[in-house]
Amino acid sequence: MFFSLAAVEVGTHLYWNIAGLPVHGQVLIVTWLVIAIILTIAVLGTQNMQQVPKGLQNFVEAVYEYVSGIARDQMGEYEYRVWTPYIGTLFLFIFVANWLGALVPWKLIHLPEGELAAPTNDINTTVALSLLTSISYFYGGFKAKGLGFFARYISPTPIFLPINILEDFTKPLSLSFRLFGNILADEIVVSVLCLLVPLIVPLPVMALGIFASSVQALVFSTLSAAYITECIE
Amino acid sequence: MNPIISGASVIAAGLAIGLAAIGPGIGQGSAAAQAVEGLARQPEAEGKIRGTLLLSLAFMESLTIYGLVVALCLLFANPFVG
Repeated sequence: MFFSLAAVEVGTHLYWNIAGLPVHGQVLIVTWLVIAIILTIAVLGTQNMQQVPKGLQNFVEAVYEYVSGIARDQMGEYEYRVWTPYIGTLFLFIFVANWLGALVPWKLIHLPEGELAAPTNDINTTVALSLLTSISYFYGGFKAKGLGFFARYISPTPIFLPINILEDFTKPLSLSFRLFGNILADEIVVSVLCLLVPLIVPLPVMALGIFASSVQALVFSTLSAAYITECIE
Repeated sequence: MNPIISGASVIAAGLAIGLAAIGPGIGQGSAAAQAVEGLARQPEAEGKIRGTLLLSLAFMESLTIYGLVVALCLLFANPFVG
């Protein structure tokens, strides 16, 4: 079923059995690391806050302004404050996860099976993130309009009903596949190039991967904000 | 492993990514051309144009990525093998 292309491994996982369910251990390890990094920076940056920010507080404030800017650009001045934590969490998690996968030389750490990489190169992580977005826009829509939320399925005319229902499925599908495909494709390209020419040649592709993965974090959070806005307006 | 199935899978994987790259390629080209045109007309709007361009390029790129996901499925997690 799964075969490896020389040193390129796809589809091998470190399985853990938690409560009878097999989980991908290497994904969980890096996910916890990502959470730990974000939490540490956030906690250290918000301790002992000054009127005039300096050092880490300055950095954390800049990050906050950036992620709330993503939400504000989509949702407008009135709605964005409530949703900034969600959009910001999405952006920061995906961004840190992608960069951690691209920048840290995980190959040096040997696991019994599979290898450590960005958690977003596992379809389960990205599907979970995009389902969270689905739940949030349903929640936001119901909170804003109550049962009137369902009017959106027959707008502009009832003929659009099947397309509108289908959209609820294609939104998380495209969100998750986009992120998963981009990250996995980048990792495969880098490892195939490393296999062919281990020196210098993979470097531009790695740089492109770092750039593309930050754009993917931006795209994911922007699109989530746009989907939520569609439902609460 | 049936050789016909594996041969067909490899060809299909190549076709999936190759055909999926055509449309987005054309689209990205015209988007970039329009962005350059906009830049030439209004150099002061550079930041906004760049942000919008990058975002829309990512959307177009994702269409190719769907083809890539199909190709990867066929190569590494082929449901028709064994």
